[in-house]
Amino acid sequence: MPKIGVFVCHCGSNIAGTVDVEKVAAAARTIPGVVVACDYRYMCSEAGQETITKAIREYGLDGVVVCSCSPRMHEATFRRAAEREGLNPYMVEIANIREQCSWIHKNREEATEKAIVLMRAAVAKVKRDTPLTAGRSGVTRRALVIGGGIAGLSTALDVANAGYEVDIVEKEPTIGGKMAQLDKTFPTLDCSACILTPKMVEAAQNENINLYTYSEVEKVSGYVGNFTVTIRKKARFVREDRCTGCGACMEKCPSRKAKNEFNCGLNTRSAIYIPFAQAIPNVAVIDAQHCLKLQTGKCGVCEKVCAAGAIDYTQQDELIQREYGAIVAATGFQPIRPYQFGEYGYGRYPDVITSLELERLMNAAGPTDGELRCPSDGRKPKNIVFIQCVGSRGQTCRDKSYCSKICCMYTAKHAMLIRDHWPDMDVHVFYIDVRTPGKNFDEFYRRAAEEYQVDYRKGQVGKIYEEDGHLMVQGSDLLEDRQVLMPADLVVLAVAVEPSPDARKLATMLTASMDNNDFFTEAHPKLRPVESPTAGIFLSGMCQGPKDIPETVSQAGAAAAKVIGLLSKKELTANPCTAHPEEVRCNGCGECEKVCPYGAISYEEKELRVMGRREKRRVAVVNTALCQGCGACTVACPSGVMDLQGFSNRQILAEVDAICR
Amino acid sequence: MPVKESFTPKIVAFCCNWCSYAGADLAGSSRLSYPADVKIIRVPCSCRVNPMFLLRAFQKGADGVILCGCHPGDCHYSTGNYYARRRMTLLFSMLSYLGIEKERTRVEWVSAAEGARFASVMNDFVGTVQKLGPCRRLEDVRCKE
Amino acid sequence: MTVTEKEVSRQILQLSGANANLCIRCGRCTAACPVAGQMDQKPHRFASLLLHGQADTLLRSNSIWLCLSCMACSERCPRGVDPARLVEGVRQYAVRPRGMAHFSPDQVPDVVDDEMPQQALMAALRKYRK
Repeated sequence: MPKIGVFVCHCGSNIAGTVDVEKVAAAARTIPGVVVACDYRYMCSEAGQETITKAIREYGLDGVVVCSCSPRMHEATFRRAAEREGLNPYMVEIANIREQCSWIHKNREEATEKAIVLMRAAVAKVKRDTPLTAGRSGVTRRALVIGGGIAGLSTALDVANAGYEVDIVEKEPTIGGKMAQLDKTFPTLDCSACILTPKMVEAAQNENINLYTYSEVEKVSGYVGNFTVTIRKKARFVREDRCTGCGACMEKCPSRKAKNEFNCGLNTRSAIYIPFAQAIPNVAVIDAQHCLKLQTGKCGVCEKVCAAGAIDYTQQDELIQREYGAIVAATGFQPIRPYQFGEYGYGRYPDVITSLELERLMNAAGPTDGELRCPSDGRKPKNIVFIQCVGSRGQTCRDKSYCSKICCMYTAKHAMLIRDHWPDMDVHVFYIDVRTPGKNFDEFYRRAAEEYQVDYRKGQVGKIYEEDGHLMVQGSDLLEDRQVLMPADLVVLAVAVEPSPDARKLATMLTASMDNNDFFTEAHPKLRPVESPTAGIFLSGMCQGPKDIPETVSQAGAAAAKVIGLLSKKELTANPCTAHPEEVRCNGCGECEKVCPYGAISYEEKELRVMGRREKRRVAVVNTALCQGCGACTVACPSGVMDLQGFSNRQILAEVDAICR
Repeated sequence: MPVKESFTPKIVAFCCNWCSYAGADLAGSSRLSYPADVKIIRVPCSCRVNPMFLLRAFQKGADGVILCGCHPGDCHYSTGNYYARRRMTLLFSMLSYLGIEKERTRVEWVSAAEGARFASVMNDFVGTVQKLGPCRRLEDVRCKE
Repeated sequence: MTVTEKEVSRQILQLSGANANLCIRCGRCTAACPVAGQMDQKPHRFASLLLHGQADTLLRSNSIWLCLSCMACSERCPRGVDPARLVEGVRQYAVRPRGMAHFSPDQVPDVVDDEMPQQALMAALRKYRK
């Protein structure tokens, strides 16, 4: 029989005031197996801990029960004390007789009785405790950042500057993300490219950062500190080491029909292209779908004009396998394409555009060289109507339920810039609410209305139609309590943002959880906002929820701090309270794997000795580094062979028995 | 009836480590009282609670069993409380088939910040069980003396 | 016993089957309505007036008789409030005390096809029998 010691704490008068501690100790002595029981004023004090360690030494205790405050307070203290004396720290149990007994009960008799029951349950549990050893694993000192927009770049730079290696995987041919497409940024009206491109250059030149552009994550395995990631480097058909980015190939390429993604499809580009002038790496890429050589075999113009000999039509996708200690998801967002809103006629009327398209139309490097023109016929617009909340804040199948957060501010920015550059244009904004929380945000919006006379109307648009070659906007003005009808040359839809469509696939690979809208969920909405519930996975930027650039950069920095904290550790200790299957009785049915939120359970063919026979069988295997010890699998297991260390079936049943006795 | 007045029910409360157990601690540090009949068993997550544990409790003479977990969507292990809710729904209908009133069992969500809620849930639950009186004992036919 | 205006509003909300609490006052219903110009109470006011217990304003309005039951408001509503049902609710409340709110199947005209919303049909009969 194991030898148990019970130590009852007075906690000054906190416990002893309502609980007769001596009586609890006396009751403990009557339990078989309890060889020593005593009480002390403050068990957590040096002297109190000494009482415990001395008893372990003198009586050769196998288990310790401390009747004191909540295990959330001092469990670690008493475990460390036991460990100092050579007792396995997981052989210590706490009976919570303060928070759950002395503090809430007034009647001394009743409280003492309850304390005895709680003590008895803890003794019953400790008798069935098994020594546990926390697993240790090393940490690969390299981080992977998925996404090369402003979020990914900021995180990568912060981690790299702390002295750790970082790889960035970007699916597009260049880093920069959505911010590269913007013209100006609110609320200061900085030129977006002017503040972004130095960051891009810094990332490219940082010796700790390694860029994988035009690449995608193919496979992720492993666990915190030890991830193995396969990256698919898509064929560019241009040798990165040779291309100088001179652009001669782009000029001569005969295939010019492909839509220019960077300009939101508002103009076309050649089949071999560099997305934009400041692209990094400044290396051309061949769009295989539009390349005549790759499609028909006849052309090869770019190869002939390339002085560097960089063109390679035979290039294949390349798979790269790398080890990482931490992974940061920074997959960003995209604006929705509002085709489902037939009433606005997006896609039907060329002069109904989204805000991102307007950014390109106003950008000096855009398709109109910065002159605002109607996409339909290139005329200068006179009346411009902005519609807010298109696809946001709805409950129907057409809408996103959330507020996209950035639209109020960028619409104020657009309206202000238009009125500033072209004072003869009239700007109307239909809004539901103008939401401007943020430093200098409301002042910015008010400037648009007050200084630039932007016509803000509280209402929405119900219909846009064409009449005599003109767009007519039928809306409501709720403050004037009437329906309004106005002609428009250009209609700009402030469309909802949505997470990148690739994010879901990635989340599955990372076993990181997502919400209903496909945004990554954080480990705790307030206290752990940049960590995923899956250990070692961190979140940066829009992939976690809508946010503007300042917020994205601060979250990126926070994610970097967490990554640095992880990578700076020599080794990681895992929680030893993990699930364990009794292999001989496992029939490999697969129920446990389905409920595991961490993908910690897999199946292996194992040779087992069953009833004296050798037998090959599929059994469940728990990766203890991934298992967080929730216990979902233990209940799902139909044969009851999966058990949780530290909270085993036998232990909990023993507690139940002790309480219900 | 005089019998009922002296009746002190045995209540087992399974509380998840991350939300409800912390909520119970908060109830304690805020000195919010609830009947001493409630005895708490700490589990890592509400999904660790096997329906078998509840059956055992009723077998050993419990008069009510309550399972507390994190609010939906707040589970520390992201989905554990959903499993717990489904499993318990199934178990509760079986218990009422066995003749154990469904008011004797309950699933409640209590967050770490809801000390007051923990106390009021426990007060309410104990009150309900008290009204029902002693529970009929499930018998373990395997170990009948 | 006289019924208070507040109670009438509550009954209409219940009768309509629509959840006016979902409304975020965006005004897309009024923006979409083909007859809003002639209405003295615009469609967007139905939700808030009913919630604030001011059904009399709506019962007296010409809006309930002008409404075409074209469902454009319900179609555009981003919150799924279904304002057409609110209008229909007020209309029913106005019609019921007058009796003759029922009609038999043989009164359904032949021109009605499957694609016509049932509510539009019902509303038409109510309106023209007032």
